[in-house]
Amino acid sequence: MNELIIILPLLLHLVFSIGLMFFWTNIKAQKVLSITGSFLAMCASIWVFIYVWDNGIQTFQAGNWEAPFGITFVGDTLASILVLLTGIAGFAVSIFAAVSVIKARLRFGFFSVFHFLLMGLNGAFLTGDMFNLYVWFEIIIISSFVLISLGGEKNQLEGAVKYFTLNFLASMIFLTGLGVLYGLTGTLNMADLSQKIPLVNNQALVDVTAFLFLVGFGIKSAVFPLYFWLPASYHTPPSAVSAIFSGLLTKVGVYALIRVFTLIFVNDSFIELMLQSLAILTIFSGGIGAIIQKNIRKVFSYLIICHIGFMIGGLGLFTEVAMAGAIFYLIHDIVVKTNLFLVSGLIYRLKSTTSLDRLGGIYKSYPKLSLLMAIPLFSLVGIPPLSGFWPKLSLLLAGFNEGNYWYFGAVIFGSLLTLIAIAHVWAKAFWEDGKDTKNSKKFIEFNQLRRYQKMQYVVPIIFLAIVSLYIGFGAEHIQQVSLRIASEVFDKQAYFDAVFN
Amino acid sequence: MEILLAITTGILYAAGIYMILRRSMVKLILGLILLGNGVNLLIFLLGRITKGKPPIIPEETKVFEDLFADPVPQALILTAIVISFGLQSFAIILVKRAYKVLKTDDLDQLNTTDEDS
Repeated sequence: MNELIIILPLLLHLVFSIGLMFFWTNIKAQKVLSITGSFLAMCASIWVFIYVWDNGIQTFQAGNWEAPFGITFVGDTLASILVLLTGIAGFAVSIFAAVSVIKARLRFGFFSVFHFLLMGLNGAFLTGDMFNLYVWFEIIIISSFVLISLGGEKNQLEGAVKYFTLNFLASMIFLTGLGVLYGLTGTLNMADLSQKIPLVNNQALVDVTAFLFLVGFGIKSAVFPLYFWLPASYHTPPSAVSAIFSGLLTKVGVYALIRVFTLIFVNDSFIELMLQSLAILTIFSGGIGAIIQKNIRKVFSYLIICHIGFMIGGLGLFTEVAMAGAIFYLIHDIVVKTNLFLVSGLIYRLKSTTSLDRLGGIYKSYPKLSLLMAIPLFSLVGIPPLSGFWPKLSLLLAGFNEGNYWYFGAVIFGSLLTLIAIAHVWAKAFWEDGKDTKNSKKFIEFNQLRRYQKMQYVVPIIFLAIVSLYIGFGAEHIQQVSLRIASEVFDKQAYFDAVFN
Repeated sequence: MEILLAITTGILYAAGIYMILRRSMVKLILGLILLGNGVNLLIFLLGRITKGKPPIIPEETKVFEDLFADPVPQALILTAIVISFGLQSFAIILVKRAYKVLKTDDLDQLNTTDEDS
């Protein structure tokens, strides 16, 4: 029974997503059930994290098939902290979605698909089998396709076509890599692969496979030449959907990169060089993209790309300090990016637009809300002691120690560009005098909402802001977690022993 | 047999990528379908083809005594086929819907998401 603990959040989401289908027409019940479900899943994921933290790597063999033959679920500290963050982000977004997503969308099983998406995310983090990872990825993308196209507005459909094509292509490249990997080693269990890959005679083909994985996961996590689908699609769905996408979907790609290049394809100097150069280019292109955009959501979309570069670079440096920095950044980024898109949703509700040209005067009319929204915005920039500062410290230190001054410079430059972009947003949307925004009659302004609806808008943002404040002020705890994860991911033998007992 | 499968896989990949690079949305979907089939054949081919040796242990023995066909690639392909079937049917509906709303089949015309602010 104990071993079932690690997949408990996954099972909860499965139960709730199926259960929600029985309330297809009853939207009120769906809202209540969804919030309850994601709250329970969050509690379960906290339990999972504490359990893994106290007892070390946990494994669960599905169907009781022994390790290399069946599907293994592995809950190490990296997987369990990501499950925990999924729980936190999922809970916040489900509250926000219940009030901000319009009825027309909710009527077509929005919440059910939302829980399927969260289940897929949990599965992807926990699985210890490469093919199973592919299956979880497919569950994630097919749920996200539904969420992105639900509603069927013009730009949504257009974004969905681009999103669909690139993600499908990424899956195919990933699957090609899997086929070659299976042909080379005859196994798809990650722990087993980590032992068998160094024994393969044809190391050139191993490199090619590694590159296929790099491209496949690279598209999913939006690294430099492969990111164009992201800014074209992430701003089109409702903010609640963008929030979960930006917080978690690209991070699954980063997680897969970390897992694959620390466990399976290690000591590959070509891949490390590729990761480092891609990181630098990603930071530049994302940052520069962000400062020229005129729509808040597009600014945030480009910032996602920019900050993916920080993490990929931390992985590419391949030292424990750099890895700890990358993991810390990952933890900080999931919370903050989710919150940013919730903020953009709130801004839309306040002013009925997200265009920087037409926004203004939010600070004057809503000073308290503005202060609240400042927390995620400035955490992202990384003004000490807020949460973005600490991981950058580790990354910079690692870049400096390794003598990779290009990456060192890129992190500083990327932070500067982030600062410019956020300062621009802050000045234009919050400080500058507001212009008269002519709302259509149908638009319900924030002030006209009922009290509990206002709370539903604000509570998730407060909740995530508190979490990111904790990450900032309790940085020592998070750093401990990151260091432990970093030493764990470099210890292949421990992972292998945990899976094979 | 291996040579034939290898060539077929190559053709499917090439045709798929060519179709993806065309400007029409329908051809894009066709390209993705071809590519998906190419990947499935690749897994089948790389799982080593063993002819006429099903992975069933004979009644009188307890273990395999002979070479046997690996059943895992077929399980993988079956899963991949089901998944890509689902994705493709979604894609076809999506493209049909997008065509209705956008009134164009040309991918080059899909640029409003890059313009709006």
